[in-house]
Amino acid sequence: MSIQTDIANQAADLSVRAQDLALLAQSALAATEPVAHAVEPFMLLLTIFLMACFVGYYVVWNVTPALHSPLMGVTNAISSVIVVGAIHAAASAESNAARAFGFLAVMLASVNIFGGFLVTRRMLAMFQKKKA
Amino acid sequence: MATISTLAYLVASVLFILALRGLSHPGTSRQGNQFGMIGMGIAILATMLSSNMDMGGFALIVAGLAIGGSIGAVLASRIQMTSLPQLVAAFHSLVGMAAVFVAASAFYSPESFGIGTAGNIHGSSLVEMSLGLAIGAVTFSGSVIAFAKLDGRMSGAPITFANQHRLNAALGLLLLLLVILFVTSGSPLLFWAIAILALALGFLLIVPIGGADMPVVVSMLNSYSGWAAAGIGFTIGNLLLVVTGALVGASGAILSYIMCKGMNRSIINVLLGGFGSGSGGAPVVGTGVDADRAPVKAGSPEDAAFIMKNAQKVIVVPGYGMAVAQAQQVVREMADLLKKEGVQVSYAIHPVAGRMPGHMNVLLAEANVPYEDVHELEEINPEFAEADVAYVIGANDVTNPAAKTDKTSPIYGMPILDVERAKTVFFVKRGMASGYAGVDNELFFRPNTMMLFGDAKKVTQEIVQALQR
Repeated sequence: MSIQTDIANQAADLSVRAQDLALLAQSALAATEPVAHAVEPFMLLLTIFLMACFVGYYVVWNVTPALHSPLMGVTNAISSVIVVGAIHAAASAESNAARAFGFLAVMLASVNIFGGFLVTRRMLAMFQKKKA
Repeated sequence: MATISTLAYLVASVLFILALRGLSHPGTSRQGNQFGMIGMGIAILATMLSSNMDMGGFALIVAGLAIGGSIGAVLASRIQMTSLPQLVAAFHSLVGMAAVFVAASAFYSPESFGIGTAGNIHGSSLVEMSLGLAIGAVTFSGSVIAFAKLDGRMSGAPITFANQHRLNAALGLLLLLLVILFVTSGSPLLFWAIAILALALGFLLIVPIGGADMPVVVSMLNSYSGWAAAGIGFTIGNLLLVVTGALVGASGAILSYIMCKGMNRSIINVLLGGFGSGSGGAPVVGTGVDADRAPVKAGSPEDAAFIMKNAQKVIVVPGYGMAVAQAQQVVREMADLLKKEGVQVSYAIHPVAGRMPGHMNVLLAEANVPYEDVHELEEINPEFAEADVAYVIGANDVTNPAAKTDKTSPIYGMPILDVERAKTVFFVKRGMASGYAGVDNELFFRPNTMMLFGDAKKVTQEIVQALQR
């Protein structure tokens, strides 16, 4: 008899503990939820950023030194992809200041996009194989 | 819609990587450049389609693209290849300024970028924003100074003053403090204070760097423009900007490293700015001829023509002086005539021969020199021993054997072209003045050296005439 009550008591104890644990887990989850949402996109971007750094590192070491000037031309042109942010800014109707800055940024970046790619094309055209 | 634009950005990222990949060989490079253009087109279209703009916004964007695009196109088609470094420096400044403007619009209209509401922007976004802003502003003012120095609008001499590095360090710390205050308060006043301080810092960082060190500076600013773009990418949570910024940043950093190695300077030294405080700036000897030295042997263009005509292998060593004299075309004519005589002609390029990485290769390519004839330092150095003639035109320090032997020389440790191993060395020079580093070149006094005094273009023209006779 006493063994049975012992087991019953232990079971009741265990259920209480399990309940506590579940409560604890729930509150922990509740605490981490907003943080997780705030951190995730940043961690994702950081991961992409670091990977891209490695890709850039290996790709650029493979560029032949003779083409280092065109490399600067191309990187200059693609870094003006900042125009994407500028377009967003110019499109935003919330603030006139944001719009004005966006417009200026679109204009400056466009100078680079067209100038960068075209000057690179001019340079690369000179590196054609010459007819002997 | 968001998924589609993300997908478009992914495609554009891949195209940008392929654009850089194409540059591993001249044959694939043009296709690479096209990949880059397509990627940019996709990115712009996807952004315009995904942002729900009104007519006013649409008109503004199209106007911005048209105005900026035509200015860029005109600049790119008119620029002389000798002025390429100035153009690139000017372009870097624009990326920097654009980063500042995008940061400003994100600050005034955080809703449109989903980073909070005006006056209540997420703390992490403020950190990223101030990074993009500060790096962008440093890139802008630094590039403007680099442009002015390269374009001769400002003296290329290093501008130094007492406690310069301490001032820069203090300003750097102040900048950090302002960033911390800005992140905690989000005040517009602090936003602009950061911008102004970073502008001043960019200016002060580049001012002490001498004109001949510009290859490093231009590459470094290339790198900065990439980091600025990445900073903005983090601020507005844009994958494409982050990827591209990282690619450009890495590329510029590698080029800076290569240029540093070419001049035997440490990368830390460069990142801190302020060359010229050490050995590079002030002329050390520069007195020309020592009295007890053997006199230099001067020759005539006719002598040079005769010797080269009868040589089997001639290596041309061009330096920036050749580009200044606009002699690349006539050098190529000389090489063509020599090739007709059965002479093997190649070109040796030092990493810092021009004013930006790879500049000399572009200048030679423009003069129709086949790229197969043009070789980098490591590749061609062993060949000097078999060469009959080394024709050094407009270069000096990069041939100075003191860099290998004289530990007290300011250029000690710099990799040099081993021209002294050739049977005969011709130096085309205006006079006996020392090179940029201000050191005598003992090669001038060697028995197998012949000096050809005069303007690089004129001397080479006279050799061409002698060869035609």
